[in-house]
Amino acid sequence: MTESFAIDVRGMTKRFGDHTVVNGIDLQVRGGEVYGFIGPNGSGKTTFIRMLCGLLAADAGEGSCLGFDVITESDAIKRQVGYMTQRFSFYEDLSIAENLDFVARMYGVENRREAVREGIERLGLAGRQKQLAGELSGGWKQRLALAACLIHNPRLLLLDEPTAGVDPKARQEFWDQIRELARQGLTFLITTHYMDEAERCDRLAYLSYGNLLTHGTAAEVIAGAGLSNPSLEDVFIHLMDSSKDNYSL
Amino acid sequence: MKKRTPLSFARFWAIVIKEFVQMRRDRLTFGMIIGIPVVQLMLFGYAINGDPKHLPTAVLLADNSQQGRSILSALKNSDYFNFVRELHTEAEAEKVLARGEVQFVVTVPENFSRNLLRGEKPTILVEADATDPAATGNAIASLRTLLTSALQQDLKGPLAFLAGSDGPVNLLVHARYNPEGISQYNIVPGLMGVVLTMTMVMITGLAITRERERGTMENLLSMPTRPLEVLLGKIIPYIFVGYIQVGLILAAARYLFHIPMTGSIPLLLLTSLVFIAANLAMGITFSTLAKNQLQAVQMTFFFFLPSLLLSGFMFPFRGMPEWAQAIGEILPLTHFLRIIRGILLKGNGFEEVILQLWQIALFAVVVLAVGVKRYRRTLD
Repeated sequence: MTESFAIDVRGMTKRFGDHTVVNGIDLQVRGGEVYGFIGPNGSGKTTFIRMLCGLLAADAGEGSCLGFDVITESDAIKRQVGYMTQRFSFYEDLSIAENLDFVARMYGVENRREAVREGIERLGLAGRQKQLAGELSGGWKQRLALAACLIHNPRLLLLDEPTAGVDPKARQEFWDQIRELARQGLTFLITTHYMDEAERCDRLAYLSYGNLLTHGTAAEVIAGAGLSNPSLEDVFIHLMDSSKDNYSL
Repeated sequence: MKKRTPLSFARFWAIVIKEFVQMRRDRLTFGMIIGIPVVQLMLFGYAINGDPKHLPTAVLLADNSQQGRSILSALKNSDYFNFVRELHTEAEAEKVLARGEVQFVVTVPENFSRNLLRGEKPTILVEADATDPAATGNAIASLRTLLTSALQQDLKGPLAFLAGSDGPVNLLVHARYNPEGISQYNIVPGLMGVVLTMTMVMITGLAITRERERGTMENLLSMPTRPLEVLLGKIIPYIFVGYIQVGLILAAARYLFHIPMTGSIPLLLLTSLVFIAANLAMGITFSTLAKNQLQAVQMTFFFFLPSLLLSGFMFPFRGMPEWAQAIGEILPLTHFLRIIRGILLKGNGFEEVILQLWQIALFAVVVLAVGVKRYRRTLD
């Protein structure tokens, strides 16, 4: 267990009934890295992330997250992790400021008012803080969710398809923000279906039917595929097709 | 004119099939469809009885004579009265009535026999707990004929003249706490308990399922929280809501229905707190058990129905068979009704109230413990 890894887990497994959703995944993510999780729907990305932050109990596996035992110390992990869910999961009947204030209280953030104000400003939500979260468009909801995830100064952000249903310009801005935060030392684990986003990750892992098929930098993944002059997308489609033969549903 | 799509049997049939499939998937709703009529039949068919019999009665027998005992055995044989204990003082009589341990206290005065035989028409005093007039009405109505016929055995031959036209004894009935037999005196205070049961259980019943349905539960669980924090945090705000209802009903009771308020209102407010908390705890526990908001509402209904029928609100508690009373004794509403009627109508104090209150508190603690245990800290 080296402290330089933000995430260092081995053999993470989750079964629902007799269906294995995550099948013995090993993963090492360095501090300050933006790590991309790619894979078709139902490949186990969300389940893996939920196990990391203690939302699901792992059936097998060991390791550490931010230096805490991933199985036994999930309370400590929760305090230092920001988790952005796939579906907007803040309160639609609370305003932006009220949502942020709630989250700040839940994490016992010091100088709460200051933190909420900063969160609103940093994400360009100033002037809209009294608007109800439910009235926001997809892009603004996503900004709010990110602001809320950052309010307790986490060391690791787990973002589950943060840009689904967001327009290209907002996606661009979102990723600029992520790169900036990573530069400041924050670690990211992000799931996405967009290839341009995958290319902006420092390293990638490709999941299919609960198995981690390949990982490395985008260049490494492309080189390892053994295809002639492929794009990242070609590699993934190839992986998707070939893994189907091995793991039929 | 716009041309309308013609009616299609195929589309209509598609909806019918879909509804049946969904009905089959939703086990709890299906259970309700079967369960509700069964429960209703059992309750209305067997448990509910508008003519309560075997009412617990205490006796203060100051004159242990042949005639005195004749009267008692006649009462006993009438089915309406069940002698459960013998008292020795007026103070005792006062106490058992206030606590609701007995429905009636029958007093046979000193020198009853002597006065009877002298033709002085001694007085038999029957004190009834008339907070619920429906519980005592028939029993009281049967008393006069009962007494006259009871003494007929003893008053024969030379004593026959005592049996005279208007009976050998005076019967004095004291309908205690509600002498005019006004049913609002019973119903309006009880309504406070009913309203609180309905709304409080429902409000918190939706509390967790709403978070789960809207997806906010995932967020809540990803934060470092403990179950008790979440459950208590969701209960406390609604205690205030409960108190608003209490205030409204108390004001209406006082100014619209002129319900007597004999006892201490602060004591009533204090006991309301325990009762409100018990119902909120019930709701929050339903919320941890239910998969969605609809199920939570259905569970609430399943709790509310017996509360309404078996607590003594709609029908006299003592008119029900023992099994129904046993269920009723578990329900917080049963005890709260006794408390609120006791405080408002009887002027009961803490000493009498605590006998019921601890049972509500116990219910709250047990139910909340189940809720805390069932509250899942993960999405599993």
